[in-house]
Amino acid sequence: MAVVETRGLTKVFKEGQLGAVNNVDLVTREGEFLVFLGPSGSGKTTLLRMIAGLEQPTAGEILIGGNVVNHLSPRERRIAMVFQSYALYPHLSVYNNIAFPLKAQKIKKELHREKVEWASSLLGIGGLLDRKPRELSGGERQRVALARAIVREPTVFLLDEPLSNLDAKLRASAREDLEQFHKRIGTTTIYVTHDQVEAMAMGDRIVVLHQGFVRQIGTPKEVYDDPADTFVATFLGSPPMNLLESDDVVVGFRPEHFLPADRLREGSRIPLRFRVTYLEFLGAERILYGSLAGSRFEEKEVLSRLPAAVSEAFQVASVYDFGVASESLRFFDRQSEKRTQPKAIAWQ
Amino acid sequence: MLGHWSVIVAFSVVLAFPFYWMLITTFKQTSDLYDITNNPFIFNARPTLEHLRLLFGETLYLRWVGNTALAGALVVFITLLLALPAAYALARLTGNWGQRLGIAIFLTYLVPPTLLFIPLSRVISLLGLQDTIWSVVVVYPSFTIPFSTWLLMGFFKSIPKELEDAAMVDGLTRFGAFVKLVIPISVSGILTVVIFAFTLVTQEFVYALTFIAPEAHQMVGVGVPTFLVRGDVYYWGSLMAACLITSLPIALVYNLFLDRFIAGFTVGAVK
Repeated sequence: MAVVETRGLTKVFKEGQLGAVNNVDLVTREGEFLVFLGPSGSGKTTLLRMIAGLEQPTAGEILIGGNVVNHLSPRERRIAMVFQSYALYPHLSVYNNIAFPLKAQKIKKELHREKVEWASSLLGIGGLLDRKPRELSGGERQRVALARAIVREPTVFLLDEPLSNLDAKLRASAREDLEQFHKRIGTTTIYVTHDQVEAMAMGDRIVVLHQGFVRQIGTPKEVYDDPADTFVATFLGSPPMNLLESDDVVVGFRPEHFLPADRLREGSRIPLRFRVTYLEFLGAERILYGSLAGSRFEEKEVLSRLPAAVSEAFQVASVYDFGVASESLRFFDRQSEKRTQPKAIAWQ
Repeated sequence: MLGHWSVIVAFSVVLAFPFYWMLITTFKQTSDLYDITNNPFIFNARPTLEHLRLLFGETLYLRWVGNTALAGALVVFITLLLALPAAYALARLTGNWGQRLGIAIFLTYLVPPTLLFIPLSRVISLLGLQDTIWSVVVVYPSFTIPFSTWLLMGFFKSIPKELEDAAMVDGLTRFGAFVKLVIPISVSGILTVVIFAFTLVTQEFVYALTFIAPEAHQMVGVGVPTFLVRGDVYYWGSLMAACLITSLPIALVYNLFLDRFIAGFTVGAVK
């Protein structure tokens, strides 16, 4: 078990261009499940590959267990990685796939069977050992990849979008399996994904990346409730946070906090008129699309997300009394887009 | 269904006919062979072993076959030794230049031997290799390597990079990943190269003719026509016997690995 740390880590692929990863400082905690979350092209996979030793950083340091590992090759870093495509060796049986790291690291042959059986039973694939990868389903392949990763008992686990090749239903159960698995083995794990639901559900902490910069590091609750800037505010949450520009600040509030006025306490309520233009019924909730009416934010587009418990009927093209509690507001600097102190702003 | 079978039968007949022709000619008496009133497709007189006796008894046919097999094995070995790492490096490690360089290397394969044999014969005599099979062992790789490199490049490119990344994380060096992972996965491509290089050695004529004169050191492709066509006399029976014996093993190997061979060529072609 070990802590991974990066100091000023930077990767520039083409000189003169913006880096794929820029000046990233982060430290994992012992046994933590850390998620790198960002849209495609945000540098999360490059960051992971640098930690694995598959890419050389342009600048900065990587430490695993307190030692600088920049000069070490992937095999010397005692890490395990699960790839997006699983990268199972197509010409080897499941048994030999799982035993591959043991052979490669010249671990005594007598120990192989025992270790492979331990890893495969942990993942419930003991019955598949004689098959070839092409004879396995997507979920089984993922388990083989995980078994191959744990068999040598690594100090750190790196997972690169391991669920993205599974269909939606399998993904949910595989997510749960992964969480259980992490709880059982307790190894420090870094998990890359572009799926915010995965990140929120699995991460002890989330590192939000955008254009190679770390935008925020925090628990799922922190990044959702207290986004550090407007990118995090709109990237997390579906639908995203409503943002209104007012002078030098941007005011944000989540769609689930933008409710019919009578649902909010009178004292802290900021009343807003809402013209509904489109309605989506999603079963457990409704999404109302529309714009503000009759204030200085006239025509600004906003969304409201109503739980099933709110049963009022809403008509398209009608205007309703809505509002948002003042404690639900988040303020950002308009220039830097960073979070700022709450400010009094004129609403009308 | 009928169309399907008629195509198969038609092709089988076309492909099997040369073998049948070689086979009956091998055992036909010369008088039977030259009598144009006879039906040429069957034996009209008793079969004879005379042509085989001539081939094995009065020429160094077995020696030539041995020379060719040895040269073939050496050329295959040299080709693999150089083309495998070259193709891997061009496919993986040289970035944008790899592809262009690969095509440039392939282009050298297109220079015809009839242009090259004069300068190369100077090289051979400088090296003192004339009149030995080492002359062709040195020269043949100059055209088996470019083609094989190009073919293997296509193969290596079709292997996902993540596989090698995984192998390196799992504890191998890049060279280890190449030997223990890339090569076993590329067996079809390697087999294609082996067959290609070997058949090239058995059929090549120009270099083998110009570089080697003594009977004992001939390659089979030159020795057979040189010593079984005397003046204007063609020893058809012995010629056919020689061709049959040389071509059968290669045909069998081709058939045995046909599927992998096709996979080898199509991957190379598409990528």
